[in-house]
Amino acid sequence: MFTSKMAAECQRVDRSSHSMDKSITLPADEIFRNLENAKRFAIDIGGSLTKLAYYSTVQHKVAKVRSFDHTAKETEGEPLYEISMQEEVTARLHFIKFENAYIETCLDFIKDHLVNTETKVIKATGGGAHKFKDLIEKKLKLRVDKEDEMTCLIKGCNFVLRNIPHEAFVYVKHADSEFRFQNTHPDIFPYLLINIGSGVSIVKVESEDKFERVGGSSIGGGTFWGLGALLTKTKRFDELLQLASKGQHTSVDMLVKDIYGGSYGSLGLTGDLIASSFGKSATADNEFSKEDMAKSLLHMISNDIGQLACLYARLHNLTRVYFGGFFIRGHPVTMHTITYSINFFTKGEVQALFLRHEGYLGTIGAFLKGAEEDTPPMLPHSLGTTALSHPRFDPNQYSWGENYAGSSGLMSVSPDLNPMQRTRSGTFPFDMLEMDRLERQLVNLPLLQDPSSYIPDTVDLSEDALAREYWLYCFEEALDGVVKRAVASQPDLPEAAERAEKFRHKYRHKLQTLRQQPFAYGSLTVRSLLDTREHCLNEFNFPDPYSKIKQRENDIALKYFQKAIKSLEELSWEQRQFALVRGLLAGNVFDWGAKAVSDVLESDPEFGFEQAKRQLEERPWLVDAYDQWLERLKGPPHKCALFFVDNSGIDIILGVFPFIRELLCRGTEVVLASNSSPALNDVTNSELQILTQRIAAMDLVIQSAVKEDRLTLVQSGSSSPCLDLSRLDKELAGVVRERHTDLVVIEGMGRAIHTNYYAMLSCESLKMAVIKNSWLADRLGGKLFSVVFKYEVPPSHKTTTQDHVPGTPS
Amino acid sequence: MKLRNVKKPAFPWFGMDIGGTLVKLVYFEPKDITAEEEQEEVENLKSIRRYLTSNVAYGKTGVRDVHLELRNLSMCGRTGNLHFIRFPTQAMHRFIQMGSDKNFSSLHTTLCATGGGAYKFENDFRTMADLELLKLDELDCLIHGLLYVDSVSFNGQPECYFFENPSDTQNSVKTPCSLADPFPMLLVNIGSGVSILAVYSKDHYKRVTGTSLGGGTFLGLCCLLTGCETFEEALDMASRGDSSNVDKLVKDIYGGDYERFGLQGSAVASSFGHMMSKEKRDSISKEDLARAMLVTITNNIGSIARMCAVNEKIERVVFVGNFLRINTVSTKLLAYAMDFWSKGQLKALFLEHEGYFGAVGALLELLKSPEEA
Repeated sequence: MFTSKMAAECQRVDRSSHSMDKSITLPADEIFRNLENAKRFAIDIGGSLTKLAYYSTVQHKVAKVRSFDHTAKETEGEPLYEISMQEEVTARLHFIKFENAYIETCLDFIKDHLVNTETKVIKATGGGAHKFKDLIEKKLKLRVDKEDEMTCLIKGCNFVLRNIPHEAFVYVKHADSEFRFQNTHPDIFPYLLINIGSGVSIVKVESEDKFERVGGSSIGGGTFWGLGALLTKTKRFDELLQLASKGQHTSVDMLVKDIYGGSYGSLGLTGDLIASSFGKSATADNEFSKEDMAKSLLHMISNDIGQLACLYARLHNLTRVYFGGFFIRGHPVTMHTITYSINFFTKGEVQALFLRHEGYLGTIGAFLKGAEEDTPPMLPHSLGTTALSHPRFDPNQYSWGENYAGSSGLMSVSPDLNPMQRTRSGTFPFDMLEMDRLERQLVNLPLLQDPSSYIPDTVDLSEDALAREYWLYCFEEALDGVVKRAVASQPDLPEAAERAEKFRHKYRHKLQTLRQQPFAYGSLTVRSLLDTREHCLNEFNFPDPYSKIKQRENDIALKYFQKAIKSLEELSWEQRQFALVRGLLAGNVFDWGAKAVSDVLESDPEFGFEQAKRQLEERPWLVDAYDQWLERLKGPPHKCALFFVDNSGIDIILGVFPFIRELLCRGTEVVLASNSSPALNDVTNSELQILTQRIAAMDLVIQSAVKEDRLTLVQSGSSSPCLDLSRLDKELAGVVRERHTDLVVIEGMGRAIHTNYYAMLSCESLKMAVIKNSWLADRLGGKLFSVVFKYEVPPSHKTTTQDHVPGTPS
Repeated sequence: MKLRNVKKPAFPWFGMDIGGTLVKLVYFEPKDITAEEEQEEVENLKSIRRYLTSNVAYGKTGVRDVHLELRNLSMCGRTGNLHFIRFPTQAMHRFIQMGSDKNFSSLHTTLCATGGGAYKFENDFRTMADLELLKLDELDCLIHGLLYVDSVSFNGQPECYFFENPSDTQNSVKTPCSLADPFPMLLVNIGSGVSILAVYSKDHYKRVTGTSLGGGTFLGLCCLLTGCETFEEALDMASRGDSSNVDKLVKDIYGGDYERFGLQGSAVASSFGHMMSKEKRDSISKEDLARAMLVTITNNIGSIARMCAVNEKIERVVFVGNFLRINTVSTKLLAYAMDFWSKGQLKALFLEHEGYFGAVGALLELLKSPEEA
């Protein structure tokens, strides 16, 4: 039972806080970032590690677009909207983990950098909290307020499960990727948390506030440590684990085959099964090696805990079982033995789950506890806007996102390293987690067929070494271009070049880390590589490197809108349907600011668009469901189409708008979902607002649709070139439900190929993209500019193509 | 008389259970031998009987548990005494050698054996002593033996007992009781390792689970930690030790009860938890270590048994196996654990012949009439 409590007293007295070498300097822009704006603190001091939490407000440059007053006549050559950089304040949670030996250094650093905070208390939890209470109060002049350890742990656990995709994983020792990340189930409850500290606590968690310690065991990490120290004369926990990983338990344990000579067939007990732990040391007179005894002990304790966990899981009928505590804390050895035991005792029915941020649960919980106490409970209807402007906040009212730029990732500090060796490097090892508050709540798309099995990403690069190699190489190659683009986007700011170099350094470092530890932030995917780059760009105040390019492309494309519509209207109905789809696909060729494309575009955009169409693969396409789609169009109109748009310029204006215009004419309502914040050259919601206004001014169909609310613009809640349908703006979900959306269109490589290619929806869907990467095209069995046109109807749906009257739009 | 027509197996009647640590042997000594029989009896059969019944110790390590002897027992139409003998499995080869020396194979008896050793040593019996074993399943034997011994009673006294007032281990009282209507029961057999069975009738049972933390673990770790050599020595040390010097208790962490979760301050939070500290390791006594080891293993078995009982919805938990021999610390602790953690729902029962049921079951198999077999 119990958590990391205790241990503090027993650990390495010789290297405790007071003998810390003061010459260690802290890298101020890496650790304890943004202390100037830190608001509220919490600390969790365990047996060997300290975890500190604080909340800060972060000032960020954001690109804002604003429409000019266009009531006046069009001025040739003038952009249609204005871009400006503005400061925006967002909230961020910082969590830092370091060894207890550095507490004093860290407290001094915080004291020196902490300004203008109204904070008076620091929430504390963990067994070591009382030991360092006086030190903290003296240094920081904050009152230490103790919180129950288990309550904090559960609170923290709920928080990470809810907010961090790929938080939980299954550990598979000998697999290509040892970490199998789990989809976050939309409902995280109920679950069992097995916390293996010095003892074991088994907690059943049923809801946010309802949890119960259903059981426990005194045989835990303290037993391994204590007995191990007695048997091997090895003092440190980590060293004991190292010994264990080198040992052979079969020389110490009595196996089934030692008793039976083989297996116990009638009971299905194999010969290698341990019949009696340490059974051989009772009879044999020979000496046993430290390694062998440590290994035997590790098996004994892991098996015992696994068995109890299974008994409790069965009793409470739970299949989600998470393990944590210092016995687990990132140690592959113990994760393996626990996993083995769970597999054995449940015959695979229950999987042992571990958490990426297991070490932070206590401090996150303590922090949240403090935040809650500061925030008067709000009525549900006041959710949102009021809290936004309020300096006090309840973190549980928001969705949060892991910031890849500011987080170290899993296994950043190898638990096997000797701290003495690390100290020599002049700084000390620490691990960080930063979470950004998202200004909206993220929820599932209500149209997902099975939210619990939905996986956004098409390829898991952590499991596909070849693909991983390729994409890591790609992103490294592209880095120069991104840096240049970033600098060019801020011509008026002289230090932009310097910042861009910092960005380069940061992102390259991330790529290197991911090469070594593809599991650092959950499954490695093209999406996570793109998102990491966006996070790094934001970190160095390059919120929108493509703003100018997007502006120019939008401008040019707008000029040809009417002409494009006119030529479409001249076509027969059937010809037009095909032209619309081709137009959409051709528009999608203009992507990622491909240089060849933009050159042509600038000289003769209309020609460029036509050329793009010619580039397209001829039918039959690589994936070609056009005939089915056409048949469907001959049937009754859809009620409402949700369209996830992609790029700015030609794509949105000459591709998407004509397409949805046709849908509107058929009587289908349209919801356009675009990114909340910039990512590459994707059109953002605020840009799309302006574009829509402008198009409405030119086109009566769009105009009346806007006026009559048949065309709606919503934010996706995302700022990624890819799309995670399980994390969308709550408002979008509301609109989708209200309007009885029965068609989802997803456009572009990022959203329809890298992600969602296999997404199953409960309504009809179109997934369209042009493959603009020859490697990927090759993988899919196509070639450059191959077309994917996927039209899917969920199996339960009876298609409406029989007995139809061919549509005869006016 | 009909009985005369039943073909009885030839003497000597043995049942043997060869475990991981101990060999358990039961021997039926007929007391109704007629003069005629006496005459016919071959010499080496006589000498075996004399050797076994006139000694209480055999070699350095063999022991006859005289206090367990079942007297005037009627088995298969004969009357006699049932003797209970044990010796370490390590001495198995010496035992087989003795069988060979005494020309056991000439007696044409069937040697019924159960336990893992029946398989492991089968070939040795054959090659060293020209003996064929009749191998029997150890769990079948365990259940049959247990039900038999309970049914014949312990020389007129009940075989079964429980502890009155189990919540107070200082003052709990061993109280004989009857195991009438024993089903269903959860049978926890604590030998070197532990097997847990749910028994619904004489022939209907399932092995629910098992744990490798058993008697072998207690003795093995005690030997390593204290340098002791025997179970008796380990138990003796344990009886004089205090586990709270070794284990970290709830109150060591919270200063008292952990009220949030209703845990008493005296509950063990971390077995051997104090041993994480070097100072405490340096000052600890062997007796305390032995006691802590005993308490740790016992509580763990209790905890697993209790969870199984709850999961299987069985209220009667019967503990057997040689780990419980001369081990009142464990029996009382198990009785306490069942009662306390189940709030009186579960009842722990114990049997006087704790470790010998497998051997008895093997003997019963020998005596099974042919039509039954």
